[in-house]
Amino acid sequence: MELSAKPPTAEIIKASKRFDTGVLALSEVSLSIGSGEFVTLLGPSGCGKSTILRLLAGLEIPSAGTVHAPADDGAQQYATAFVFQESTLMPWASVFNNVWLPLRLQGFSRSHSRARVEAALKSVGLEDFAQAFPRQLSGGMKMRVSIARALITEPKILLMDEPFAALDDLSRHRLNNDLLHWQQERSIATLFVTHNIAEAVFLSSRVLVMGARPGRIVQERAIDEPYPRASTFRDSERFSNHCRALASALAQPTPLGEGG
Amino acid sequence: MKTLVNSLLPALTLIACLVLWELGVRWADIPAYTLPAPSRIGTTLIDNWPSLATSWWFTIKITLGALALACLGGVLIASVFSLSPRLERAFFPIAVVLQVTPIVAIAPLMLIYIDSTTVALLLCAWIVAFFPILSNTVTGLRATDRNLVELFRLYRASPWRRLTLLRAPAALPYFLTGLKISGGLSLIGAVTAEMVAGSAGRETGLASRILEASFRTETPKMFAALALLVLTGVLVFVLFNILSFFLLRSWHSSEQIDELDQSS
Repeated sequence: MELSAKPPTAEIIKASKRFDTGVLALSEVSLSIGSGEFVTLLGPSGCGKSTILRLLAGLEIPSAGTVHAPADDGAQQYATAFVFQESTLMPWASVFNNVWLPLRLQGFSRSHSRARVEAALKSVGLEDFAQAFPRQLSGGMKMRVSIARALITEPKILLMDEPFAALDDLSRHRLNNDLLHWQQERSIATLFVTHNIAEAVFLSSRVLVMGARPGRIVQERAIDEPYPRASTFRDSERFSNHCRALASALAQPTPLGEGG
Repeated sequence: MKTLVNSLLPALTLIACLVLWELGVRWADIPAYTLPAPSRIGTTLIDNWPSLATSWWFTIKITLGALALACLGGVLIASVFSLSPRLERAFFPIAVVLQVTPIVAIAPLMLIYIDSTTVALLLCAWIVAFFPILSNTVTGLRATDRNLVELFRLYRASPWRRLTLLRAPAALPYFLTGLKISGGLSLIGAVTAEMVAGSAGRETGLASRILEASFRTETPKMFAALALLVLTGVLVFVLFNILSFFLLRSWHSSEQIDELDQSS
């Protein structure tokens, strides 16, 4: 585990999770995410990637080990934001009302929130769709709304659970580019879950490769490519090398070690 | 043009049926006490209007009153069930028992136990009408998107906010489906119970008019009362379909329209 001068934004130390069904979803996983860092969890389906996110979000409690997530304080409520695999919008509410939701739950009125909601929609390129309903939007646009809703609270950490898995390649590339832009602009620590190697390489400064049954981290790989990253990075030799290395790490039948 | 034909089709079919009926009765010379022609039913309706209108109004009051109470009871009980699965386990079977017992069989008991016929009729119609609202609302409250529930958990929304901002809107389409079914059932309950009660009360509804007319073999009057009952059923059905359309059209797939709704 890399040591940084500043304390990490979020940290998991030797956390295990056994579900009520007896399945051991995670075994002694340790990881830390530094301030403004983009970390990706890469692994096959059912390796416990989502469980790690849910531990950090406080939606699950570890069976053993500790989880440190940015705490909410008086100055900032909702320090943790979560983007689900589906866009998870309220179908009965307009785009505006969907993005307003976190502020509304904090007690901000519609008129008080208007400027912030409009700014959030503008930053994801949906300022003209404030009054549209989710079913009128494409999959990519719905995901943009979902991200706008996550970003509106100015969270310290952004947890994303395979958010672009259901999108076509073109939309996925555009959203990858935009996501990096939004993340870098705000310098939000981000933990991103995917099973797409190219996506992991393009976005992350660090990729944690996971193995299944029980879920654990089998390898850590730094993607030492400066930000901002242009689309051309995808065509470079270095990009292919990272992808190949991660693909072979994923194919490893036995664990190389635990906790990175 | 095509949409015009489509929207007129049901009305045209109905008119055609009435015309055939009228012609058939005249051609075969069927006596009115066996099968009155539509025109005869129409004149009977006008001739007996004061008594029929009073009865009609009474039946409408029982139907809508029972339906309103069914909404209130159904939604309230469904909300309690959604908060406590244990209560649901304990009490849902009772609701099922009430639902599967034929109302004709319960009505005489109700009339014994309850002094006011009006209240007994309301209760009978309520028993029939409340179950679809209850079971649909329970399903709707449970069908809330699990990720949205987690999102509200993440944002530590209060139970009240969860109910008003999440559970209630998610359950609305299910509730409206229940309401559409219950509207028809409420009318059936009101009429059935009154059939059993006979003309006991001071105020009486269309069922009493039908019974009365049947004792006197006034077939056209029976048909006139029947026509009003059919009309009531159709009006209730149309009313709730329109309500459902306006509440759901902007977002729910069951009432989808193509143009973009710009009202906020």
